[in-house]
Amino acid sequence: MNGNSRSLEKTVLYLFLAAISIFCLLPFYWLLRSSLMGLVQIFEMPPMWFPAPVKFTNYSEALTILPFGRYFLNTVFIVVFTITGTILSSSVSAYSFARLKWPHRDLVFGILLSSMMLPYAVTLIPTYLGWSFLGAIDTYYPLIIPAWFGGGAFNIFLLRQFYLTIPGELDEAALIDGAGFFTIYSKIIMPLTRPALIVVGLFTFLNCWNDFLGPLVYLNSEIKYTLAIGLESFKGLYNAQWHLLMAASTVVVFPAIIIFFIGQKYFIEGIAMTGLKG
Amino acid sequence: MRNLLTLTGSGKRHLKSLARTKKQEALIGVLFASPAIFGFLLFIFIPMIASLGMSFTDYALVNKMRFIGLENYVKLLNGTDPFFYKALGVTTYYVLLSTPLCLIFAFFMAVLLNNESIRGKAIFRTIFYLPTLIPVVASSMIWLWLFNPDLGLINTILRVLHLPPGMWIYDEKTVIPSIVLMSLWTSGGTMIIFLAGLQGIPKQLYESVELDGGKSVHKLFYITIPLMTPTIFFNLVIGFIYGFQVFTQAYIMTEGGPNNASLFYTFYLYRTAFKFSKMANACAIGWILFIIIALLTLLIFKTSKEWVHTEGGR
Repeated sequence: MNGNSRSLEKTVLYLFLAAISIFCLLPFYWLLRSSLMGLVQIFEMPPMWFPAPVKFTNYSEALTILPFGRYFLNTVFIVVFTITGTILSSSVSAYSFARLKWPHRDLVFGILLSSMMLPYAVTLIPTYLGWSFLGAIDTYYPLIIPAWFGGGAFNIFLLRQFYLTIPGELDEAALIDGAGFFTIYSKIIMPLTRPALIVVGLFTFLNCWNDFLGPLVYLNSEIKYTLAIGLESFKGLYNAQWHLLMAASTVVVFPAIIIFFIGQKYFIEGIAMTGLKG
Repeated sequence: MRNLLTLTGSGKRHLKSLARTKKQEALIGVLFASPAIFGFLLFIFIPMIASLGMSFTDYALVNKMRFIGLENYVKLLNGTDPFFYKALGVTTYYVLLSTPLCLIFAFFMAVLLNNESIRGKAIFRTIFYLPTLIPVVASSMIWLWLFNPDLGLINTILRVLHLPPGMWIYDEKTVIPSIVLMSLWTSGGTMIIFLAGLQGIPKQLYESVELDGGKSVHKLFYITIPLMTPTIFFNLVIGFIYGFQVFTQAYIMTEGGPNNASLFYTFYLYRTAFKFSKMANACAIGWILFIIIALLTLLIFKTSKEWVHTEGGR
């Protein structure tokens, strides 16, 4: 009796898990399926579940209609400089907030943290006008430079949490040995918290790769587009060409998934970290 | 005597050097934090103040800035601009629908995954999390296609099941629920946070419920949910704040339509600023959003004392 109800409970459990899995994965399947169909097939009624024949040329066609290679390089360029800036500036700031004593430190940190709740809509327009005043519209500066100034309150918060777990005696011992604060930061703290830095790097990658509003507001000339904006303009140009649009979308989705699988362990830990000490 | 003198001497010197390191530490501390401090000033504080200041003018890119007092706010609030209340209503509807549903769905997924008897936990976790990785632009394209009334996946499934197909994002009534459905698809991040919280609940608590003859339901309502309230609270606040800032879905999938039924607030702001160049007006729109979010957050924090479990109890 007991065993029966156990196994029933288990069956229900797996049914739910399977249903949610289908809900999560089916859109991916529909994306791939559509990206491998010809124009005629895709308008077939009722819609077919499998592409036949499989048309890989959609990809080459979609990628040559617009210079997606160029968009890819543009995006990588922005991503690389944003990640570098974020890691350097958020770690050095977090080190200061976690381990150095200075007047009003915790107040300053609190104000910084509260900015996480600020809707970007409030700052968007003056920031845009400011960059426009500096003549930086249609350049990558507005997308990259902010990362070098602290790299976002969230990242500082995350790193500070990690830094607080390192015993303070390490710093003191190093100080007595005559090491400066910068040496402690670069030779002790940074190497010890490499996993945390990877987490910050991965999150920054995703945010930057996925950013839409930033490039939309700041970039005008087509040659400077990122993948996200390129995809959007592709949709504008080839509205009904669903097979090509889905092929292009797959190309934009793919790198994010690859990066996730490479850094999966760090992702899961990183997200869990953010919630625990909310 | 002499011994004592030298001692105090060295003590003084020691104190002095200590004071010097303290001073030095403070200096270096501020120096190291300066990127963040300057970043806050340059990209948050100054723009905020500038936005507030500009919202009292009539600046629209081409004209000279002129002080007009509260006119922008008055025109928004008294309904001269009919889109303001429409946008506010649409967004509120979305937030009220999507935040609780996403929380419940994510919580449900996390509870399922937290069950010890499940095999392949890591695989399910990855599958549930996968949709959150998709760039919003791409997921908007995908869902635009899924929602296609003739050729989309959703109506295809409904037809197979002999259920009536819907118009989804192409119908005023269903456009917001459709976008909520899409937001459910990306609640995997919230699930991971819940999962981490669940794993922090001591097993003894569940065992004591079992000893008292309690069932799974009792465990859920007497142990899991009360102990998870801090995490629920965190996700609720984040959900609210992000819910008010939905932009890309409106921009790509609906352009605010049909008949402004998905005129999300941030999209409305974007349109005012970058399509109609009414910069000052958009600043006022932004500040109203800021005040709403601040008040709501404050409200949630205030009520949190009533229902959020704190370590050590009250």
